[in-house]
Order: sequence, then C-alpha cells, then structure tokens
Amino acid sequence: MATIVDFRAEKPNWCPGCGDFTVLAALQKAAVNIGLEPEEMVTVSGIGCSGKLSQYMGSFGFHSLHGRSLPVATAVKLANRDLTVVAAGGDGDGYGIGMGHFIHAMRRNIDITYLVMDNHIYGLTTGQTSPTSDKGSKTKTAPEGAVEEPVHPLQMAIMAGCGFVAQGYSGNLKQLTELIEKGIQHRGFSLINIYSPCVTFNKVNTYDYYKANLVNVDDDASYDKTDRFAAIRKIEEAEENVTGILYHDPSKQAYDEVLRGYPEQAIAKNDLKFTREQWEKLAVQFK
Amino acid sequence: MIKDLGWKVGGAQGEGIDSTQDIFALSLFRLGYYVSTYRHFMSLIKGGHTNGKVRITSEITGHHGDDLHILLAFDQETINHNFHELIDGGVLIYDTAIKDATVPENDKVNICPVPLTEIAKEAGSPIMKNMVSMGVTAAIIGLTPDDFRSVVVDKFGGKGDEIVDSNIAAIQKGFDFAKENFSATIELPARPELKSERLYISGNDAVSLGAIAGGCRLLAQYPITPATEVMYQIIKQFPQVGGTVVQAEDEIAAVMMSIGANYTGVRSMTATSGPGLSLMMEALGLAGISETPLVIIDVQRSGPSTGLPTKTEQSDLYTMMYGSHGEIPRIVLTPRNVEECFFFTMEAFNLAEKYQCPVIVATDLYMGMNKQTVASIDFDKFKINRGKLISDEQLAELEKGAFKRFDVTPEDGVSFRSIPGQKNGRFVAMGNEHDEVGVEMEEPELRVKQMDKRAKKLVNFNDVAGATYVGAENAELLLVDFGSMTGPQREVYEELAAEGVSVGHLSIARLLPFPTEEIKGYINNAKKVLVTEMNSTGQLKNQLKQFINGDHNKFESCLKYSGDPFLVNEIYAKAKALADSLKKEVTL
Ligand SMILES: Cc1ncc(C[n+]2csc(CCOP(=O)(O)OP(=O)(O)O)c2C)c(N)n1
Ligand code: SF4
Repeated sequence: MATIVDFRAEKPNWCPGCGDFTVLAALQKAAVNIGLEPEEMVTVSGIGCSGKLSQYMGSFGFHSLHGRSLPVATAVKLANRDLTVVAAGGDGDGYGIGMGHFIHAMRRNIDITYLVMDNHIYGLTTGQTSPTSDKGSKTKTAPEGAVEEPVHPLQMAIMAGCGFVAQGYSGNLKQLTELIEKGIQHRGFSLINIYSPCVTFNKVNTYDYYKANLVNVDDDASYDKTDRFAAIRKIEEAEENVTGILYHDPSKQAYDEVLRGYPEQAIAKNDLKFTREQWEKLAVQFK
Repeated sequence: MIKDLGWKVGGAQGEGIDSTQDIFALSLFRLGYYVSTYRHFMSLIKGGHTNGKVRITSEITGHHGDDLHILLAFDQETINHNFHELIDGGVLIYDTAIKDATVPENDKVNICPVPLTEIAKEAGSPIMKNMVSMGVTAAIIGLTPDDFRSVVVDKFGGKGDEIVDSNIAAIQKGFDFAKENFSATIELPARPELKSERLYISGNDAVSLGAIAGGCRLLAQYPITPATEVMYQIIKQFPQVGGTVVQAEDEIAAVMMSIGANYTGVRSMTATSGPGLSLMMEALGLAGISETPLVIIDVQRSGPSTGLPTKTEQSDLYTMMYGSHGEIPRIVLTPRNVEECFFFTMEAFNLAEKYQCPVIVATDLYMGMNKQTVASIDFDKFKINRGKLISDEQLAELEKGAFKRFDVTPEDGVSFRSIPGQKNGRFVAMGNEHDEVGVEMEEPELRVKQMDKRAKKLVNFNDVAGATYVGAENAELLLVDFGSMTGPQREVYEELAAEGVSVGHLSIARLLPFPTEEIKGYINNAKKVLVTEMNSTGQLKNQLKQFINGDHNKFESCLKYSGDPFLVNEIYAKAKALADSLKKEVTL
C-alpha cells in the first residue's frame, strides 16, 4: 500500500501560504485513502501556478499547455481506462483559455476529476483579471475595476450536465480531501472548484474573507444534492460562497462505456498486431 | 504522352455526380484498366457546378489527364464550362431534358442528345439517368451493358434484385438508344491484364488504412475539408481492431488528445488541413520538447485562411517545416502517390515512436480526395517498431525515482520512455525545459544539453528515402517536385526524354530532415532546375536554395495556385521552353 510519501515528488516553489499547498496535500491524501498506487494515477495540468501541481504530485504527470489539460486528460483516460486521471489548473487556465474544452469534457462525461484552483486572479503572470474575478475588482489589467460579469463555473457545470459538482476551500483540508476522494470515485466527469487564495496578488479573496463568508452544504442534512435546480438556487443565494457536494448524479454512463468500438480491455494494453487476414478484409472494400 | 481516354460527367451539386463518376470508374477498374479520377466541386451543398473526371489508361498514372474524349452533361452549365476541353473527334452526350440546350458551334465534336431522363423514367425512375448514360457510354467505347453489372450489384444489391434489374435495364436502354442513333466511337486504350491485388482508392482512404495497419488506435479529429474522409474511414474500420475515434471540439483539442494518447502508450494521430494545422502549432512544440510521439496528417488545401476550401494547393510547407515557436526536431514526409499515402502513414507511427518527436505526413486535396488505381500494396513489408520503450524489468532494477526519462547520454539523442502504469517509471512530461529526470529547470548548461540531445535525434536519419531520381546521368534539365505533383511531372519527364532531351526527374519524398546529401549531386550537375509546385512563392524551390549550396540562378519555378490542379501540358510547355533555351545556349 502506498503512503503519502510515495505521492510526494519535487518540493513545491509556490509562495509561502499559497492555497495550492492544501490542494496538493488533499490530492495526495485522497489518493492514499482510496488505495491508489502512484503508477496507476496520472495528473494532467495546464499552465499557471496551479499547473505546477502535476510536477509536485508523485503520480505520472503531464504538465501540458495553457488551457489544454482536459483534452490530454481525456485521451489518457481513453487510452488506458484502468488509470485514475486527475486534471488540474487555475481559473484562468480552465475558464479562460480552456473554457471550450471544459464544456466539452462535461458533455462527453469522460471519467476524470477536474480540480480548478480558483484564486480569482492570474497568479503566474503576476496579477491580471481572471474570468472569475469579481465585478469591480481592481487588478493590474483593470486598474479601475473589472467591468465584466465573472463566469459561474458551478452553475455552468450543472447546466452542462456534469454529474458531480463540488466546491472546496484551501482552508479546509479535511473536507477537500473527501471531495476529491468522492470525485475520483464518481464514474464520469467531476468538477471540484476550489477557492485557493493567492496570497501575493489577491488581497480581497483571502482566507479571512472565505472564513467569514463560506457555508458548507455537507453539514446541512436537509440539502438535496440530487436536485439540480435546487442546487443552482442554493449557489445563487449564497453568491457562490458555498462548499461541499452541490450536485451529484451517479446514474449517467461515462464516455468510455458508450463509445463505439471501445474495447473491453484498455487500448494501451492491446498489442498492435495486424494480420494479413484483417488486411484482406479492409482491402476488399476497395476492389 | 500516355494513351488514354478521358470521360467527364457534370451537373448540379447534389445531383449524384459523384456516384455516377464512381460507378463508371469502378467498372473500368474492374475490367483491368488503370483509372485516375478528379472531382471538381464547390463549397456549396446544393446548386453550383460540379463535375467528375475519369482517365482510363493501360499504365499506372498519377494524373487525371489533360484530354477529354467524352463529356456527359446533365445540365447546361456542364456544357458551358467543359465543352472546350473536348478533343477533336470527342463526344458530347447531353440530356434532352435540358431546356433549350445550347451547344457551341463546331464541326469537330460529335453531339449526342439523349433523352436520358425520359428513358430512365421508362425504366422505372428518373434518378436512373446516370445508368442510362452508362449504357450510352458503353456503346460509344465498345463495352457492353454487362461490363457494369458487378458494380451495379454491389451498389444496389442491398436494395433487392428488383432495383438491380431495373438499373441493368436502364443501362441496356441507353445502350440500345446509342446504337440506333449514333455512330461515333472512341477507342479505349489497350486493356491490361487484370491483377487482383490492385486497389481503387483515394489518398485519404490510403492514409486511413495505413494508420490502422500501422497500429493507430485512437484518432482525434475535427472535421475539415479535405481531411474529413479520414475520420469517416477510420470510424468505419476501427471496431474491427479495437480503436476509438473522438470528434474533438476543435483542432487544438484534437492534437492535444493525440499527444495524450501517445504519452499513454497508444499510437494516435490527428488529420487536418491548413486552418487546423495553424491551430496546432503550440502543441507541435509541446510534442517536440516533451518528446512525445505525434502523427499529424495535413491534407493541404488552398489558403491562406479559409481560402478555397474545396481546391488543392501545396502551400503549407513553411508551416509544416518551421511552424511553432522555438526549435524542435520533426519529420515531414510527402507521399507522392496513393500507395505512399498508405506506407508513409504506416511508417510515420514507427518514426514518431523511434524518434519520440512529431511526424507530419503532407498530402493535398488533389491526392487525398481523388481515387485512382494503386498497383499493389505489399502489406507484409511493414514491421512495427515501437522504439525505446523501457521494460518493467529494467525499471525494477532502478532505484526508486532514478529513472531518467530525458537521459542525455545516448548517442542518438533518444532516451528510454516509460508509460503510465509502469511501476517505478514515473515522470512528468512537460513543455517547460527540464533536466534528465524531467524536473522543470532553467540552468543554462542543462538547457543546452537538453536542446542538443533533442537536436541529435535526426542527424543520421535514413529511415525513409528522401527522394527518387530517374533520368540521364548528369541531366542538363532537372525537373523537381514533391507530393502529388510527381504524377503529372513524371509524364512531362517521359515526354521530354522520348524527345531526346537530357532530362532528369527528382521527386522529393521528405522535407525534413531535408535530404540535402541525397539530392545535391543532381542539383549541382544540372544546368537548369525546374521546380513544379502548387503555390505562388515557390516554397520548395526556396528550400532547395536554402539547403543546397551552389548556383541559385539556375532555379526556375513552374507554379500554379488557381485552385485547379496542373495540366500536364502546362508543365510541359514550361519545361520544353527551358530545354530549348539550353539548346540555344549550346549552339551560340
Ligand atoms: C498560450 C499562452 N498564453 C498565455 C500564457 C501566459 N500565462 C501563463 S499562466 C497564465 C494565467 C494563469 O492564471 P490561472 O490559470 O488563474 O493560474 P494561477 O497562476 O492563478 O494558478 C497565463 C496567462 C501561456 N503560458 N500560454
Ligand atoms: S502567486 Fe499566488 S497563486 Fe502563485 S504561488 Fe504565489 S500565492 Fe500561489
């Protein structure tokens, strides 16, 4: 059985206090709790401070391009369905440049878990407006305050048919670990949006801010996480200041279960033998 | 030039022109002839003019031929656009259903008005006018209605005997009508011996079969003319071999998926055309620096931008050779005929894994979307070579975390690759510069080592021949081309050689690594070098100038970028003029 040490790789070089440390720790703990081995797991990330996660996680990794973690993760899962695949990145990465892939990954319901470290700012490029930056928030690229509406990833995911939508917070390692475990165990696409403060460039959405504002639906026995419209109402009422599993529908089939031609055994485990007989069968169609 | 018979059918788009062309070409193919086809179509669904040409020969060719012997017109537009192509003694067959049909004044072309639609109605349905026209054609070229039977059975057998019979009857009626009313005849070339291994296949289909035979098991693609057919074909065939196709949300996703699958140990590719290739540039660099195998098929079309979406061109050379920021090793193969579309795609998967780098296979709309006879495909020639994959045993012997995915010590620049799932094989593939283990770093010395390691990979590349030469030793006039231009240019070469010109034909099969050593002797020996390519700036010619030292004044270009493929005569005229100018130089 692997331990937390097995899931440790390089020492992170995030700023001290960055919320991403907790996300890494939660992912490592979740992997151990589920009983994964490092070689059975692939972490695919995009570009940003958050994108470094794949380097620090002791699993196989792919630190891809800005906004492009989801197509890579999709293919890793399709190539070898026996692997546990986690995609990760920031709000800029996933909801800015990568927004198209986000919607389509949910549409496909590919069996991967997507962690978005949402700090409402571009960290790595030192503090520009992000798609989740609050309206009016002042950044280097919006010195007078952002004029655009922020994107609403949780509502968007629910409407796009995502079967597992949750929100975590870097100030609550225990809950975040549970969310990631459940997300990984969900067969299909799971979105976990994580409020992960950038202590260097975002002076508004801080740990103190979240401590004062977040409510946890996991603590609310009356909350029905199978009702998508109730979930959206709840998220809107709380102005997105909620954590926990907001929506869960385990009934949908994952992409690799419905794809035509998809073999029983993981594609990566099949040999590439192509026989003369198979060739003749193909060729005869052109005679 | 090769003795041939050129036949063309035209009508409004959506009128069944493609299938009429296909029935005719396939029937002649099955009789043993070599056929070469060309589809002219527009970026419209209904309306607009479309036509399909079939060239019938007794030798293999890679060109649909300049001459038109028989034109079959379903509408007036077809006559207006194509009549001038008919040779003296040619035949125009048109449907008398065309109201007030007007045919240009002339006394050299045989005009055969036929009530195609009416006869078809009598035979059961007006849509069978294409069958009636097969019968008329058969009567003119000395075939019998029965020569079309096997294709009719294959196409309509599924719909029942009745449908087959009425189609055969329609052919017979057309045949009888022509026999009674017209005396014009056109002679077919000599009928070659029928060989069963021949295929009637397009470049796109050959690429698809090559991919399947080469072990590709995941195709991620976004639809774009003229590459979409690759996806259709692979979707059709994959269930037999256990592969899967993803229709990606865009080309960026398609190429990233292909990279992801290759990283996970599954041979994967994407196919696209110019606009899509442009979108893939950032990912190309990622595959290069992360040393992940990748195969991209670029079925080129007329650019720039959306350009002429349904027309052909060879203008993506620079993008394929130099596109993407930074510097990576890459391989660019340029199949010159449909058979090579099959083999080069197959081989591309071996090369991508052997060198752990991107491989681009460049075809174009002309070769991709048009079917022709391929003499034979010797599938047994091919062996799968997965390159340096590290074994579980080798990994078990290493200390934990010691696996150097990007080891710089191998002389050939290629290090062992592990695959997710392999114990002790953990590494992170990335676009950032990294050390030998794969950890991101910025140290100047290590950076240089990694750059040099990757650059070493292709230095001694000789897996695929870079070019083919035929012709006189020390030929004074050298004809150079690549890709689909090799077919027509070969005919020009044959013609000039037969006239006694000191001529050679060099066709390039690989743009990167550029085959400098293989070709520089031919270039340096020639007095004039004519480079024929379908673009406006002479992209191949410019590569020759860049890679080959010597007199650059001797290069001449034969260019076409109208969207229509070259006629053999257009190239011949240019080449002949050059040959004549050389003769003058000698006599002066
Ligand atoms: C194609 C491309 N455009 C721009 C960049 C520059 N860039 C790197 S990270 C980043 C934004 C990161 O923000 P976010 O995803 O929110 O991650 P964070 O650093 O905040 O974790 C940008 C714009 C890039 N690497 N690639
Ligand atoms: S800049 Fe912000 S997001 Fe990036 S490491 Fe520092 S605190 Fe974290």
